[in-house]
Amino acid sequence: MKMMTPKSEAELAEMVAGADGPLWVKGGGTRGLGGAGEVVSVAGIAGVELYEPGALTLVVRAGTPVAEIEAVLAAENQRLAFEPMDHRGLLGTTGEPTIGGVVAGNISGPRRVQAGACRDFLLGVRFVDGAGQVVRNGGRVMKNVTGYDLVKLMAGSWGTLGILTEVALKVLPRPESEATLTVATAEAAVAVKAMAAALGSPFEVSGAAFDPEAGTRIRIEGFESSVSYRASRLQEILVPFGAVTVESGPEQSSAIWRDLRDVAPFHGGAGDVWRLSVKPTDAPEVAARLRAERVLYDWGGGLIWALVPEGTDLRARLGGVAGHATLVRASEATRARLGVFQPEPEPLRRISEGLRARFDPRGILNPGLMAQPVEA
Amino acid sequence: MEMPRPNPVVLSLKDRLVSRLKQVLPEDAVIHDEAETRAYECDALTAYKCPPLLAVLPSSTQEVSDVLRICHEEGVPVVPRGAGTSLAGGALPTADSVILGVARMNEVLETDYENRFIRVQTGRTNLSVTGAVEEEDFFYAPDPSSQLACAIAGNIAMNSGGAHCLKYGVTTNNLMGVTAVMMDGTVVEIGGAHLDAGGLDLLGLICGSEGQLAVVTEATLRILRKPEGARPVLMGYDSSEVAGQVVTDIIKAGVLPVAIEFMDRPCIEACEAFAHAGYPMCEALLIVEVEGSEAEIDMQLGLIKQIAAKHNPVELREAADADEAGRIWLGRKSAFGAMGQINDYMCLDGTIPVSSLPMVLRRIGEMSKEFGLDVANVFHAGDGNMHPLILFDANTPGQLETCEAFGAEILKLCVEAGGCLTGEHGVGIEKRDLMLHQYDAADLEAQMAVKDVFDPAWLLNPAKVFPLAVSEARRAQPQAA
Repeated sequence: MKMMTPKSEAELAEMVAGADGPLWVKGGGTRGLGGAGEVVSVAGIAGVELYEPGALTLVVRAGTPVAEIEAVLAAENQRLAFEPMDHRGLLGTTGEPTIGGVVAGNISGPRRVQAGACRDFLLGVRFVDGAGQVVRNGGRVMKNVTGYDLVKLMAGSWGTLGILTEVALKVLPRPESEATLTVATAEAAVAVKAMAAALGSPFEVSGAAFDPEAGTRIRIEGFESSVSYRASRLQEILVPFGAVTVESGPEQSSAIWRDLRDVAPFHGGAGDVWRLSVKPTDAPEVAARLRAERVLYDWGGGLIWALVPEGTDLRARLGGVAGHATLVRASEATRARLGVFQPEPEPLRRISEGLRARFDPRGILNPGLMAQPVEA
Repeated sequence: MEMPRPNPVVLSLKDRLVSRLKQVLPEDAVIHDEAETRAYECDALTAYKCPPLLAVLPSSTQEVSDVLRICHEEGVPVVPRGAGTSLAGGALPTADSVILGVARMNEVLETDYENRFIRVQTGRTNLSVTGAVEEEDFFYAPDPSSQLACAIAGNIAMNSGGAHCLKYGVTTNNLMGVTAVMMDGTVVEIGGAHLDAGGLDLLGLICGSEGQLAVVTEATLRILRKPEGARPVLMGYDSSEVAGQVVTDIIKAGVLPVAIEFMDRPCIEACEAFAHAGYPMCEALLIVEVEGSEAEIDMQLGLIKQIAAKHNPVELREAADADEAGRIWLGRKSAFGAMGQINDYMCLDGTIPVSSLPMVLRRIGEMSKEFGLDVANVFHAGDGNMHPLILFDANTPGQLETCEAFGAEILKLCVEAGGCLTGEHGVGIEKRDLMLHQYDAADLEAQMAVKDVFDPAWLLNPAKVFPLAVSEARRAQPQAA
C-alpha cells in the first residue's frame, strides 16, 4: 500500500494540504486500527526537542518511540507518570508505540487514578489540521491558561482534528521504591470497597486494581521508608476486607502492574475486548450485567476490562449507566458494526461534529473513526 | 484598554428585556436600576469599570437556560460572573451586556467519599467546597489565593491554580464533570463521576474558556483525603539566581514538594510587616512544603535541607509547630493584600520555564529602572508561575499607563523565555491585546473556531481573550430590533 512518510512538520503540512482523499494517521501502528484512506506515517517526525529534568519538562516530536522517551527519562530518574499502556500484547500487533499515538488516544495506565491521565500531563501541542495548517497550543510550562485549552482537546481526538507533530509533557521523578499489597477478595463488591478505603486514605495509593483470579492489588510508591510505613498502615485499613499479603520486592511489584496495565490475562486467546469507564461503585453491578467471560477492574473499579465472545454488542447490555465503553479488540467487521467509541448523546454529538467540521473541513482525517457507526 | 462600543440597538431593548426576564426569574433576580447595576461594573481589575445594561441572578440551571435563551433571541451579549474576583477583567461588562451572576447557586448537590467527588452549584466559593468535606478529612485541592471569596464558576472559567498545584494540579486536573448552558439555552452534561471522556475532551475545552463557550452551573469536583501532615521550611538566599538553582536541584533530587514559593526582597519586607512570619531579610526567600506522616516529613525535609545547605543559605528554618507553619503561609498568602496597603499595584501572572528564572528576574529589575516603577516578585517557583507586582500610584496621571506598558513588556519577556502570558489568572481584557505575541493568526483562528461552534453569534463574553481587531468580524453585529 502507498504510504506517506513525511520527515518534517512542514512536509506533512504540505502533504495534508495537497491530499485529494481521506488520510489514515499512523504512529507506530500498534493500536490495531485501520480505515479507508492513504496511510500517513508520523514515525519520521521524531526526536527529543528539549528535556529539562530540573523543570520536569520534555518536548518531543510526535513520532518518537515511547521506549526511547522512557530510556531518556530513566537516565535522569524520571518517568511518564501516566503509565501509558502498551497495546501490542493485547492486540497481537508489532511495531513501536509512539508518543504521538499515546497522546492522540489519551492512553493512561493504572496510575491514572492517582496521578492523572495522559491529558493531565500534556503541556503543549503542535499539529497539522485537516486543511494543512500548522497550529500551536499551550507551551512547555506547567501552568498556562493563555487562550483556549486545545491541548486537552487534541489528547484523545485520535487524529480526527489534526495530526500531532510535537508534544510537550510534564514528567515526574521516578520513586525510589514501590510495593504491592494483595487482599484476598473474591467478590467485586468487596474489592471495590477495599479499593475505595485504600484510595480514600492519606497514603497516596498509586494503583488499585482487582483481578478476580488474583485478588485486590494496591500499589504504593515513594522513598523506601515511606513505602514500608504506608504498607503497614494500609494493611490495617485493608484487613477487614480479606487476608493481606505484601509484595515488597520492587521488581515483582512492577511486574504485577505492567501486566495489569497491558491487560495481560486477555493476551493471546480469542474474543473481543472492551474498556469501560464508570463510577467505581457502579462497577460490580455493571460488570455483572455484561455477562463477560472474564473481567479486570482498574482505577479502583472505575475502569473495567471485559472479555466477551466475538461480535457481542456490550453497549446494549450497559443500560443507562453513566460512563462509556470503547471497543479495543475486535474484528474489522465488528468494529465497523458497533463503532469503536461510545456514541455521544445530543447535544454533545452536535458539538463534536461541529469541531471536526472546523478542524478538518474536508473530513479527510481518520474519517468515521470517532463518528457514529452507520446504522445497517 | 479599549472595549467595543455599545450597540445602540441593544441599549434600546432594555425595557423589553427586563420584562421578558421577569417572566422567567423572580422579581429580585433582575437588577436594572442604575444605582444597583453599578455593583457589577467591575471585577478585581478595578482600573476598568462599566455598569452593565442589567444584571440577573438566577437560582437554577433552568433559570440560567431561560435567561440565555432570551438574550440569544434578542441578540444581547451576556457576561457570566462568579464572585467577581478576576484579576484579568474576565467579568468586566460592556454597557450593552447582561451580567449573569451565579452567586445564588451555591448548594452542595452530592458528596461521595467512596468515589471521592463532590457535586456543587458553581456559585459556591472555593474554600467552602473544602469546608463541605472537611469533617471527613477530605479537601478540594486547587487553592487560589482568593479562595475565601472566589467561586468555582470562575475557577473553571479561568482554570485557576494556586500554591499547591505542583503536586495536585490546577482546576482542569481536578474537574470531573460539568452541567453547562450554551448561549442558545441548551443544557449540556459533560463527564461526571467516571474518568475521561468517551469522545472528544469537551470538559478540558470548557475549563479555562473564560466563560466564552458556555455558562457552567454545576460541577463534579475531585476531592482528596487530607495528608497526615504538612510542614514548610523557609530558606533565604543572597541572590535569586541561587534560589532558582535550589528549586531545580530539589526537583531533580526526586523530592516532589507540594509547594515551592518564592519572594524577593520588596515582597519579603511587605509581607513581614503585615504577617510577622519571621521572614529573614534577604534577596530571595523560598518556602518549600512537604506532606506525609511526621517521619516522612522529617525524611523529605532532611533531603531538602541538605540541598539547601549546599548553596549557603542566609537562613534555613523549619516550622517548629503548627502555629509557625500557619504564620509562614499567612505571610505568603497575604502578599497581595500586604502590597496593597503600601501602594496601588498591578499583578501579572506570566509563566516561565524554571531554568530561565534568573534571567527573567534580572531583566525585570532592569526594566523597573527604565520605567521608573518598583516591582515586587512573589511566585510559585516549582511551576514557574510568576507574580510580579508592579507598584504605582493611581492618582498620579499617567502612572497606570506606564504600569501597563511595563507589565506588557514583562509578559512579552515571559513568552520570549519559553513561557506564556498567563499561568492561572486568565487573559480576560488584561492580556487580550498581547495574544499575538504568544500565538500567530492560525493559532488564534483555531481557538476562535471553537467559539464559533459553541456560540456562533459570539454573544457570550465576546470582547475577551482575543484581540478586538482579530475577533471583530465575528462579534455580534447590530441587529434589527
